[in-house]
Amino acid sequence: MQLTNRSKAVNRKPMTFVESLYLPSIFKGMGITFSHIFKKKPTINYPEVQRPFSPVFRGLHVLNRDEEGRENCTACGLCAVACPAEAITMEAAERLPGEENLYREEKYAAKYEINMLRCIFCGLCEEACPKDAIYLSETFAPANFARKGFIYGKEDLLIPNKNAEPEAYAKAVGNNQPTTSN
Amino acid sequence: MTILAFDWALFIEKFVLIAVVVFGSLGVALYTTFAERKVAAILQDRRGPNRAGPFGLLQPFADGLKLVFKEEIIPNTSNKALFVIGPGLAMTAALMTSAVIPWGNKIEIFDRTISLQIADVNVGMLYIFGVVSMGVYGIMIGGWASNNKFSLMAALRGASQAISYELAMGLSLIALLMLTGSLSLKSIVEQQMHQGHWWNFFYQPLGFLIFMVCAFAECNRTPFDLPEAENELNFGYHQEYSSMKLGFYLFAEYVNMFISSVIMSTLYFGGYDIPFFDESTLSPNIAAILGIGALMTKTIIFIFIFMWVRWTIPRFRYDQLMNLGWKKLVPLALLNMLVTGAVILWRSGAKW
Repeated sequence: MQLTNRSKAVNRKPMTFVESLYLPSIFKGMGITFSHIFKKKPTINYPEVQRPFSPVFRGLHVLNRDEEGRENCTACGLCAVACPAEAITMEAAERLPGEENLYREEKYAAKYEINMLRCIFCGLCEEACPKDAIYLSETFAPANFARKGFIYGKEDLLIPNKNAEPEAYAKAVGNNQPTTSN
Repeated sequence: MTILAFDWALFIEKFVLIAVVVFGSLGVALYTTFAERKVAAILQDRRGPNRAGPFGLLQPFADGLKLVFKEEIIPNTSNKALFVIGPGLAMTAALMTSAVIPWGNKIEIFDRTISLQIADVNVGMLYIFGVVSMGVYGIMIGGWASNNKFSLMAALRGASQAISYELAMGLSLIALLMLTGSLSLKSIVEQQMHQGHWWNFFYQPLGFLIFMVCAFAECNRTPFDLPEAENELNFGYHQEYSSMKLGFYLFAEYVNMFISSVIMSTLYFGGYDIPFFDESTLSPNIAAILGIGALMTKTIIFIFIFMWVRWTIPRFRYDQLMNLGWKKLVPLALLNMLVTGAVILWRSGAKW
């Protein structure tokens, strides 16, 4: 029973003597492979050459500071609530007198941890944050030998102080700016 | 002390030559493994190994070191002695072939004229045939001693394939031998070097084609690599092998490839002859060095063709292999032989 017209009858003619020597088809195939010598290689030499990420790439998280270098995060916990993978935990603490140059508001995150093995880099924390405190950068988590190494604390996440360490800050911001601007 | 009164200089000369040829073949084979990966990559739009050393040139040493440091496993139920002899035999047979190949013309050092050939045997081609067919024992013994049904099947395939294709190879060579009238490789090369005499390829194109196809089969290279057909036989005859014994098997394949490329260039492409150039105008040493260069260039081209074919064609099925060998190549070789014989008779003006 024929259902469609797409089926083709297989050619079961016995091969001629020349065909059964396989040589013509072999030479044809060799011509095809030879032409591939001159084709452009899609591979890049990875660590030396890196492909640019797309402007909307969501990589490792960064905890932001404001213009004066104070931490934006107030440990409200909205990011942890928004996180579908439950990767974020934090502990809040109250700002003491004399710490106004460190934390922008009266409450801050004493401990802020993201488990990068749980994180799915969806960016919902970024959307949930009312204080502009968390952003997804353009780097991804490097390999590690231990699971413990994938739990990123505040010291890994916090962006360097723009005023105190301008070089480290520029490095952390990295190539984000040019790629996001175009 | 009459017993030691032979030509010691000759002994040293041959010893050095043997050492150079053996280690040279091994070195070439070493870099052929690298070239294979590189050629495969280039033909498949990839980059190939380029991390170890500049352009990845240290890659073969890394591979070799890895094989040496691997754990050596000899299966409990294997035939231990044969299991060890197998890879050694494969390697020995591969290296022994190089003894009768003329690598170049004579060179002159310390007032001695040294022929760049380990032994100018007057039955050189027969010697090569003998040693090459010994190479199949490496596969046979390895497959048998492993006590593994897949290895045994692969060994059987290897043996039957080698025997079938040796026949067509021999027949294609008979036509060449009728033409040259000599079995010595040196005189075959010298004939091709003569002014007014072209390379044998132009007299025997069909014979060369058959010889090349059979050389592919003898070296167990694709499309004739049935003894190591992974999808049917896991890993073929070297399934149970590990460490450097496996390395020897893999290496012997590359040495074989190198030697058969040299033989093809010697028999059909003038050996160390430089085309369109009269070597006798140069001083013998320079001519010899240029000749070695010419032979190596031809060899490298053949090695590239080996790889090019490998990365183009899929493997034959067993019945296709046998059909091609017995029903196509043997009749063609016979025809070639008859035509060559008739032409030689006609040219010599023999009365019918």
